[in-house]
Amino acid sequence: MKSEITWKIGGQQGEGIDSTGEILATTLMQQGFQIASYKHFASRIKGGHTYYHIRASHTPIHYQGDTTDILVALDKESYEHNIGAMSSGGFVLMENKKEEKVEEADGCTVIHASFTKMAEELGNKIIRNMIALGSTIYLMGLHYDIFKPLVERKFLRKGQSLVDLNVNALKKGYEYVQNLGLTPYKLETPQPKQQALLTGNEAFAFGAVASGCRFLSAYPITPASEIMEYMKKNLPKVGGVAVQAEDELAGLLMAVGAGYAGVRSMTSTSGPGFSLKTEAIGLAGVSETPVVIVNSQRGGPGTGLPTKYEQGDLNTMIYAGHGDIPRIVLAPSTVEECMYMASTAFNLAEKYQCPVIVALDLVLSLNKQTCPDYQADRFEPIDRGKLLTEEQLAELDEFRFKRYRLTEDGISPRAIPGQKGGVHTANSNEHSETGHITEEPEIRTAMMNKRLGKLQPFKMKGYEFIGQDEHPVETLFIGFGSTRGVLEEVVNELNAQGEDTALAQIKVLYPFQAEGLKELIDGARRVIVVENNWSGQLSGMLQKELQVGSKLQTVKKYSGDPFTKTEILEQIAQKMKEVV
Amino acid sequence: MAVTLKDYRGDVSTWCPGCGHFGVMSGIQKACLNLGLEPHEVAVISGIGCSGKVSEYMRSYGFHTLHGRSLPVAQAVKLANSGLKVIASGGDGDGYGIGAGHFTHAARRNVDMTYVVMDNRVYGLTKGQTSPTSMQGYVSNTSPEGSGEREVKPLELALGAGASFVAQGFSGDIKGLIDLIAEAMKHPGFALVNVFSPCVTYNKINTYDFYRENIVDINDLEDYDPSDKAAAYAKIIEHDGLLKGIVYKQERPAYHTYLKDYPETPIAFNDIEPDSQVLDELWSAFK
Ligand SMILES: Cc1ncc(C[n+]2csc(CCOP(=O)(O)OP(=O)(O)O)c2C)c(N)n1
Ligand code: SF4
Repeated sequence: MKSEITWKIGGQQGEGIDSTGEILATTLMQQGFQIASYKHFASRIKGGHTYYHIRASHTPIHYQGDTTDILVALDKESYEHNIGAMSSGGFVLMENKKEEKVEEADGCTVIHASFTKMAEELGNKIIRNMIALGSTIYLMGLHYDIFKPLVERKFLRKGQSLVDLNVNALKKGYEYVQNLGLTPYKLETPQPKQQALLTGNEAFAFGAVASGCRFLSAYPITPASEIMEYMKKNLPKVGGVAVQAEDELAGLLMAVGAGYAGVRSMTSTSGPGFSLKTEAIGLAGVSETPVVIVNSQRGGPGTGLPTKYEQGDLNTMIYAGHGDIPRIVLAPSTVEECMYMASTAFNLAEKYQCPVIVALDLVLSLNKQTCPDYQADRFEPIDRGKLLTEEQLAELDEFRFKRYRLTEDGISPRAIPGQKGGVHTANSNEHSETGHITEEPEIRTAMMNKRLGKLQPFKMKGYEFIGQDEHPVETLFIGFGSTRGVLEEVVNELNAQGEDTALAQIKVLYPFQAEGLKELIDGARRVIVVENNWSGQLSGMLQKELQVGSKLQTVKKYSGDPFTKTEILEQIAQKMKEVV
Repeated sequence: MAVTLKDYRGDVSTWCPGCGHFGVMSGIQKACLNLGLEPHEVAVISGIGCSGKVSEYMRSYGFHTLHGRSLPVAQAVKLANSGLKVIASGGDGDGYGIGAGHFTHAARRNVDMTYVVMDNRVYGLTKGQTSPTSMQGYVSNTSPEGSGEREVKPLELALGAGASFVAQGFSGDIKGLIDLIAEAMKHPGFALVNVFSPCVTYNKINTYDFYRENIVDINDLEDYDPSDKAAAYAKIIEHDGLLKGIVYKQERPAYHTYLKDYPETPIAFNDIEPDSQVLDELWSAFK
C-alpha cells in the first residue's frame, strides 16, 4: 500500500488545467489526504504551456515533490517537459487522437488514448478533463465515487443532467484504463480529517476578516489580486469595504486613511506596486498610523517576471522609504501560517501604531495546501492598543488632544475622528505632541526617539526550529517564506542519512530577532542560507545583524522557478563536505 | 454650549499677510459653523503646500498628509466613518499637478466629500515656481522664458472627469465662498470648490485686482442652468474659466450606494469581534 502519491496535468493555458487540478486536489483533501500543490503558468490568458502538480500524503507536507507518479499530458509539449521527472514505474496518460496503445517508455507505462474522442462520444468536448480524472483515479487505486460530493456541489445548481454527464465521464475514463489490465497503484485512504484546501492569499484574506480587518484598498497585480478579490466578495458580509484604487500608491494611502479613521485596514500588492507604495509607508510611519501591507513577491525589478517566483523584495520591505521609518516585517511560510499571522499583523499595527508588512511570495500566494479547520482561539484576540474611548478622552479633557504625547514606551494614546475629546491633526510633517508642524530641534529629537524607540521593546519569536528537538546542529539551514516546504524535506532526508541538520525558518524579518537564532548559528559548524534572489538578501541581513562570517554560505536561484529538492541537495553536496 | 469660531481655531498661522488662503480657511470654518457642525464631526485632510497648512491652522480632526495625496486618504476617511463631514484641501500644484491622477479618479468615484483647492496659480511653499494652473507664458525661475505649457483648466478637468458638483469661488469674496463651501458639503457626492486664492508674494499676475476685474458671477448670467453640462462647458470656455458660483451640479448616487451592504453606521465604531457563524460560512468555501 502507498501512503503518498504525486500527480501532474499539463497542457495549454485555457484548457481547464487549473480547474482539473483543483477538482482532484479538493477531492483528495476531502478524503483526508494532506496536499501540497504547485501551479506553473505564464503571463497570458490563452496558450503557453501550463501544469498543475499535486502531492497527496498521509503526513503534513508543504512541498509538491520532485517527481510525478501519474502524468496527464494533454499535448506533446507536456509529455516532453515532464517525462524526465517521472517516478520509475509511473503512468503517463497521453492524449493521442491517432492511435490507442500502451507502451513502456522512459521507465513508465505510457497509455495513449484520446480523452477528446471519448468526450465527443459522450456528446460534450468540455468533459474531456473529467475523463482523464476518471483514468487518474483508477491508476491511484481509488474509486471515482469519491468525486461525487464535489461534482454535485459544483454542478447541481446547473441541473442534474450536468452532474450525470460529469459522473459518466469519470466512469468512462475509469473503465477505459480498467479494461487495459494494468496494475494500478494501491493508494491507501487516510483517516478523515477536519481540514480545508486553500492558497496563501485566501488564507491571509480569511485571517484578516477574522482579525477585524474591515477595509482593503488595492490595485490588481499578480500574484496578489486574489486577496483584493476575496475581500471585495467577503468584506461586505462583515460590514467592511474593499476599494479598487487607481494605483498602488492610492491603495496604501486609502488604507492609511481608513487606519487613521480607526478601521483595521490593509492593502495587498506585489513588487511593482510595493515600489509605488513607498511614499505612503513613510506617511504611515511618521503619522503613526496602523496599517497592514501584504507584499507577495514575484520576479523583479521593473515588471520583471509577472508570473514567476522570487524572494527579491526583502531589502525593499525592510528599507523602502526616505528617513527612518518604524515598521515591522513578518514572513509566514505555510498557508496555515498566512491565516493566523494575519491576527498578529493587525494587532502589532495597532499596538505599535506603525505599518506592518507581511512578506508573501508567489509560491505561497497562489498554491493550495491543506490546512486544519480554523480554530478561533488560534487567532490572537483583537488588541487595539492605546486606542482611547470617549470616556477616557472626556477624562483627559484636552482642547487640543496630544495625539503624539511623549510617553515612556514611546506609544501615544490614540483618538479617532468622530470622538468628541480627541480633536487633533495627524501629521506627515514633523510635529509637536498635539500634532502641529514644528522644526524645533529638541522636539524633533524627542519625536524621533519616540517613534523609532517604540519598537525597541518589540519581541517576538523570530524563527521556527524545524528538525529533531531544538538543539545546535552541525549544519543549520536558514530561509524565509515558501522555501520552507522544500527545506523541511532536505533536512529530513539529510538527517535520515545520519547528518545533523535543521532549518531555522525566519518569521520576523524586521526588527531583527536574534534571540535563540544567535545561539543556533554560534553552535553550528556551517550555516547554509537558501534563498531566491541574486544578491543573497537574507544572507546579507544575517551578516549585518549577527556577523556570521565565512561559515555562512548561500544557495541561490533566481530563474523564476522555485528550488526542487534535488537542486538543493546537489548544490549543498560540496558545501556539506567542506570543513569550516 | 454653542460652538463658536473660536472652537475652529487651530495653530498660529505663518501665511504671508494678505495671502488668499486666509479667506479660504475662513470660508471652510464658517461653512462648518453654519451647518451646525462641531469640530470633532469634521475631518480636514490636506496636502502639502502653503495651502496644506489649513489642517494645522483650523481646529477639527485633521491629517496633514503628503504632497498631492490628500484625496485618497480623505475618501477612505469618509468610507471608514460615514458620520463625518470630510473636506480635502490643498493647492493647485498639489491637486492638479502631482495629485492630478487621484483627482480625476476621485471625481468619477464620487465619494460623498468636498474638495477645496486653493488655486494661486503658482507654487507658493517652494518659492514661486510655475504651477500647472500658471497661465501660459508665465515667467518664473522654472520658466524663465515664459511657460510653454497650456495651463490646466480646473473646471473643465473636473467636468471631464465626471465630478457631480463643480463650483468656483474667490478669496476676495468670503461671503460667497462660505455659501459655496456649505453647498458643496451638503452635496451628496464628490464636490469640487476651486478657489482663486492669490499668492501676494509670488504671483504678480493673478492678483486680487485681476480677479475683481475679470471674474463673472454665474448668478449674473441669464438663465444659467447648473444641471446642463453642455452649457457649463460653453460658459467656461466663453469666460476662460473666470467664473464664480456653482458651475455644475448633478444628483448622482454616491460611491457608497454602489457598495454591497455598506453599513448604515460608521464602520469605525462598529464591533469587529469575529462572528463565528460568518467565519464558518466563509471557511466552508475551502472545504
Ligand atoms: C513629493 C514631493 N515633491 C515636492 C515637494 C515640495 N513641494 C512642497 S509644496 C510644493 C508645491 C506647492 O504648491 P501648491 O500645491 O500650489 O500649494 P501652495 O504652496 O501654492 O499653496 C512642492 C513642490 C514635496 N513636499 N513632496
Ligand atoms: S507664499 Fe504665497 S501662498 Fe504662500 S503664504 Fe505667502 S502669499 Fe500665501
